[in-house]
Amino acid sequence: MTTQISIDPITRLEGHGKIDIFLDDDGAVEDTFFQIPELRGFERFVVGRPIEELPRIVTRICGVCPASHHMASAKAVDGCFGGEVAPLAHKLRDMYYQAHFIHSHIAHFYALAAPDFVLGPDADPATRNVLGVVHKVGLEIGGAVIGSRSKAQEIQRIIGGRNTQDIWCLPGGVAKGLKPEELEQIRPWIDELYDFTQFSLQLFRDVVLGNAGYVDLIVNGPYTLDVHNMGVVDENNAPNFYDGTVRVVDYEGAEICRYKAEEYADFVAEHVESWTYLKFPYLKKRGWNGFVEGIDTSLYCATPLARLNVADRMATPKAQEAFEEMFTTLGGHPSRALLANHWARLVEMVQNAETLKRYCDDPEITGTEVRVVPQQVTGEGVGIVEAMRGTLTHHYTCDERAICTSANLIVGTTNNNAPIQMVTKKVASTLIKPGKEPDQGILNMIEMAFRAFDPCYSCATHSLPGQMPLQVDVFKGGGLYREFRRCC
Amino acid sequence: MADDKLQIAIYWGAACGGCDVSILDTDEFILCIDAAADILLWPIATDGKYKDIEALADGGLDVAIMSGAVRNSENERMAHLLRQKSKVFVAYGSCAYMGGIPSLANLVPREEIIARAYLNNASLEPGNTTVPRLRTSLNGYDLELPEFYARVYKLDQVVDVDYYVPGCPPQPGQAQAAITALVQALTGQAEAPPKGSVVGASERALCDDCKRTKAEEKKVKRFYRPWQIMQDPEACLMEQGILCAGSATRSGCGVRCPDSGIPCRGCYGPAPGVVDQGAKLLSAVASIIDSKDADEIDEILLTLPDFTSFANRYSVAASPLQRSHRR
Amino acid sequence: MTFQPKIVGFLCNWCSYTGADLAGTSRIHYAPNVRIIRVMCSARIDPTFVLKALHDGADGVLICGCHPGDCHYSEGNYKMMRRYPLLKSLLADYGIEQERVRLEWVSASEGQRFADIVNDMTERVRALGPSPVKAALEADLAER
Repeated sequence: MTTQISIDPITRLEGHGKIDIFLDDDGAVEDTFFQIPELRGFERFVVGRPIEELPRIVTRICGVCPASHHMASAKAVDGCFGGEVAPLAHKLRDMYYQAHFIHSHIAHFYALAAPDFVLGPDADPATRNVLGVVHKVGLEIGGAVIGSRSKAQEIQRIIGGRNTQDIWCLPGGVAKGLKPEELEQIRPWIDELYDFTQFSLQLFRDVVLGNAGYVDLIVNGPYTLDVHNMGVVDENNAPNFYDGTVRVVDYEGAEICRYKAEEYADFVAEHVESWTYLKFPYLKKRGWNGFVEGIDTSLYCATPLARLNVADRMATPKAQEAFEEMFTTLGGHPSRALLANHWARLVEMVQNAETLKRYCDDPEITGTEVRVVPQQVTGEGVGIVEAMRGTLTHHYTCDERAICTSANLIVGTTNNNAPIQMVTKKVASTLIKPGKEPDQGILNMIEMAFRAFDPCYSCATHSLPGQMPLQVDVFKGGGLYREFRRCC
Repeated sequence: MADDKLQIAIYWGAACGGCDVSILDTDEFILCIDAAADILLWPIATDGKYKDIEALADGGLDVAIMSGAVRNSENERMAHLLRQKSKVFVAYGSCAYMGGIPSLANLVPREEIIARAYLNNASLEPGNTTVPRLRTSLNGYDLELPEFYARVYKLDQVVDVDYYVPGCPPQPGQAQAAITALVQALTGQAEAPPKGSVVGASERALCDDCKRTKAEEKKVKRFYRPWQIMQDPEACLMEQGILCAGSATRSGCGVRCPDSGIPCRGCYGPAPGVVDQGAKLLSAVASIIDSKDADEIDEILLTLPDFTSFANRYSVAASPLQRSHRR
Repeated sequence: MTFQPKIVGFLCNWCSYTGADLAGTSRIHYAPNVRIIRVMCSARIDPTFVLKALHDGADGVLICGCHPGDCHYSEGNYKMMRRYPLLKSLLADYGIEQERVRLEWVSASEGQRFADIVNDMTERVRALGPSPVKAALEADLAER
């Protein structure tokens, strides 16, 4: 008789997700299902809306990365008007977007990832949270984390008018520019943010790389998958989060394909399973072959690590140094070590900060020509950006009055639906042994699998005694056999 | 759990997480909450579980703060559970208060939402006919999903709500003000606001706080969509023919949108005294049309497409008709 | 049993209500399905009234005011004239059949015309059947 373990709820896209683990008669993991129980229907209810309203509607897909949706949407909308955009607007959008990346990566790394490494994956759950981190490493860091994240958000507000549920992009550009006095206000903050990225890398070296057990977990643990990598790159194959070409590279480093935004539907398709509301993207030309790893798989990750795997280099010098250090330690480029996503976020933050510094020194950045009035409606547009948690695609069509006639979205975390499903099963299978009841440490280590992907809601955690609510009910013979709770 | 600490829960229905972010964006204030209260459930940030809430006596929670609308059976189950267990139940954010952006889905049939997501779009697996189901039996395993309802409900359409905190999301200043008011009321330091109040926001309309200049009279011969003209950054947007919901919208957000050159879309909900935000915006827009000729009025209105999603951007579930009644 | 539509009628005091009154004093027989609510001017009609009437179970709403140019308050009926097309577009998006809500200008001397309008509207709404709104919203709350 099968034994079923349900882990419900865990935080996920839209905050709701559950894992069902099925054991065979010997108590070994037979199968695992990672279910997403939510759907809201954005792809349908934006139809009929004036297309310029979509960037302010689709931000409500996610309150943690709304700027990602806002930017992808704005680019798709620009496409619907023939793609004519004030050049300064692209620069300002890119500048704004770097700040958004920083605030989100800071929150994820310190509040979500750091506890597992600073305190240990199987440390006492009561302290395995950001307060525990602060206790261990000092109040200074806690204040610096909050302050840095706050600065990054304030930079967004100053550039774009508002930092949560963004409002700023219009067809042809943006609604407002950056005044010289505003630039001088944010310039020192940007320098401080750059320093904070270096501080964060050093913290990672001290706490994680200085611990042989962690390095072993990252490099040799069950958190690996033989699937491919997707990310957006510029003409030098360096990451560009706001714009570029989508590149897919296999886990041995060979390029599989690359595509421009408008070609996405030739390269990516989505598979549906009836037991979850979330679809499973895969490489279309290879067809859906199920949840399988291997060089012929059609599955891929779109994550910070995937972005760096896809890149040949970083776009800025200090980020490049961090990139080289990371892959040397991991033993080569690309890397399949999914826990290295946490490190990859810190490397990306360096490029974000250096890019912001470059824009500060751009004499055109305080210009006033931030928008053009579109002269034509061409009816279709695709906008692709890198959200913090993966490649994000918005595809719209509109009629001659610029009213939306269709919308199709492939959201960042969605790309990773199949990999998350698979690595959760792999980790559960490795850690849940026949005859050995899963304990607190095991529950957390199963969570570490999806946590590496920074699924959409994890960004918001900071400051509370925190771990995800977990309850494991073990059923045997149709009756409740034992309960495990993770308590405060 | 210390006896003198308030017991609170913060939860989300069909939500985006922005409301939870807004509470966390109060920065240091969240540590004050942590000092004054045990947060028994907050899936984004703490380790509380549904069973911890189920184990409480009715009224064992001092406050339940729920954001997000009710879109599916799990959202509803949790709304009922939290209401049952709490003394005070707060609908937090536009979705909880009015249905929010997700309630735009109330204008389309559920079947079309499912079809668009799983059967009919540019990037689906060719030939796909699979859609999510409440129950899937696979290799002997039984897998369940919550039921996706035919429409979205705001929270007070399924449970009794004590207070509303408006905004999409409520600004951190508002979140702090609202939570402070509730804590003070619950600890006897201040009188509780009347049941059913909107807390933490202003008692004014957005126009009252907007810095743009307002002429004696607003009259337009046509409307402009925000991209069609380069606007005057100083003058009232409605006077320039750009639709702005400020006149019927509650203030308290800081007027960030009109200040940045973007018209208000009403996320803070109806201004005090306004029953139906959409109808009030209808009257407001009608009142500035400079014409007395029915045909000319129709011509002018051609420059203003999709009025409904402007009138009820955040409030379809809260409107008198609540959803489409097309058969 | 023939369906008897319940139609709420908002009539302005000066022209259209007087016109309806004239239909009565003239002993004109016409459909009894409109429940009249007298307002001082068609400008008084907040769109909320129309939506509320439908919410509360009305099968149709008839709005009557003075002919353009004849408003007792000079320009009140123009306010209704401007609101009406927006209201119709809102109703269309909410799936309410167009013929359930109607605006007519009726003068104080147009008793017969008022009766004809009521008869015509009653038959059109009868053909549509009962408005689904009230029952649907009650069902929404009662069942999922």
